[in-house]
Amino acid sequence: MSAGDLARALARRSFVELTARERARALLDAGEQRELLGPFDRLHSPWLERQGIVPQEDDGAVIVRGRLDGREAVAIAIEGRFQGGSIGEVAGAKIAGALDLARAAAERGAPVLPVLLLETGGVRLQEANLGLAVIAEIHASVVALRRHVPVVGVVAGMVGCFGGMSLAAALCSRLVVTRQARLGMNGPEVVEQEAGVEELDASDRPLVWSLVGGEQRHAVGLADALVEDDVDAVAGAVREAFRRGAPHVHWSEEVERFERRLAAIDPAGALDGAALRRLWKREDR
Amino acid sequence: MEVFEFEYPASGAVARRAHAGVVASGDLEVLLEPSPDGRARVRVRTSVDGYREVWANVLERFIARWGGAASIEINDFGATPGVVSLRLQQAAEEGAP
Repeated sequence: MSAGDLARALARRSFVELTARERARALLDAGEQRELLGPFDRLHSPWLERQGIVPQEDDGAVIVRGRLDGREAVAIAIEGRFQGGSIGEVAGAKIAGALDLARAAAERGAPVLPVLLLETGGVRLQEANLGLAVIAEIHASVVALRRHVPVVGVVAGMVGCFGGMSLAAALCSRLVVTRQARLGMNGPEVVEQEAGVEELDASDRPLVWSLVGGEQRHAVGLADALVEDDVDAVAGAVREAFRRGAPHVHWSEEVERFERRLAAIDPAGALDGAALRRLWKREDR
Repeated sequence: MEVFEFEYPASGAVARRAHAGVVASGDLEVLLEPSPDGRARVRVRTSVDGYREVWANVLERFIARWGGAASIEINDFGATPGVVSLRLQQAAEEGAP
């Protein structure tokens, strides 16, 4: 490592190590920020305690209003360390509600830029159908909102973004990832549990990241920006995403292109991360 | 999961509410607010059963040393006494006049 590398490494401020609240606040412009439904509002899950699980007073969803480059913005951050960032009824309703507020503001002609900080294993199993229902609401809210303003998602790690919430990431107008991020429908532990260790060894971290890691997802065109785990780098990429605006076509509208991509894969053959990169070339949007 | 409530006499001023920590493995969340009546009240929810006495000791020592008249709520996910003291201190400093 050269002296310059060392100086850069020491100057870096990790984004991954921040809590959801710290991430939301670090991302927005310094100055006036206001949290909506914070911990003192005590809107925690009504379901966890009766299952013997300690709740968190914000239910793991942090909503902060502020500004991005001087424009009105809302940062919606999921706390990955509380129950794996799982989406329960309250956390999900807070996220969908914040997105709907942003849509209402855009319809009034006063747009609020929405950033989703996704750090989640998906639905909270203890809240079952209520969690699934509210994740569907989040999807609908993202789609309704992105007609007015770009919705920018960030997957920083280390939890990653899985399950129903990986669909929310894919519905975003633009997505920012780090190398530490992971993005996929079924998490590696779930794949191993359901299909066996021969299919995927979830403890093999290089293998897991070569398949669903941020660098791979960026290389095959499922993320717009790949950045260092650094507060300024993530904050800069989010601002750049809003400057570029929404793509002409959102990923979720490109059904035929993704069908062609799937058709190019031979499920009988072995396929690793490198082979997938050759098949699915990155196209800038 | 167990829930405990403790109460102590306290006269120190607490200026504002403060929040610290996350309900994550080995960590806890502390919500601290000024209490109106010269008492310190602590409500603990903890994921680890059987440690009431340890909680009583940690909290009694903290309140005796700090003395703030605060309502404190703790959501604990298996933090050690050291981490508990650290989070309480963090919240107390944030809430200090």
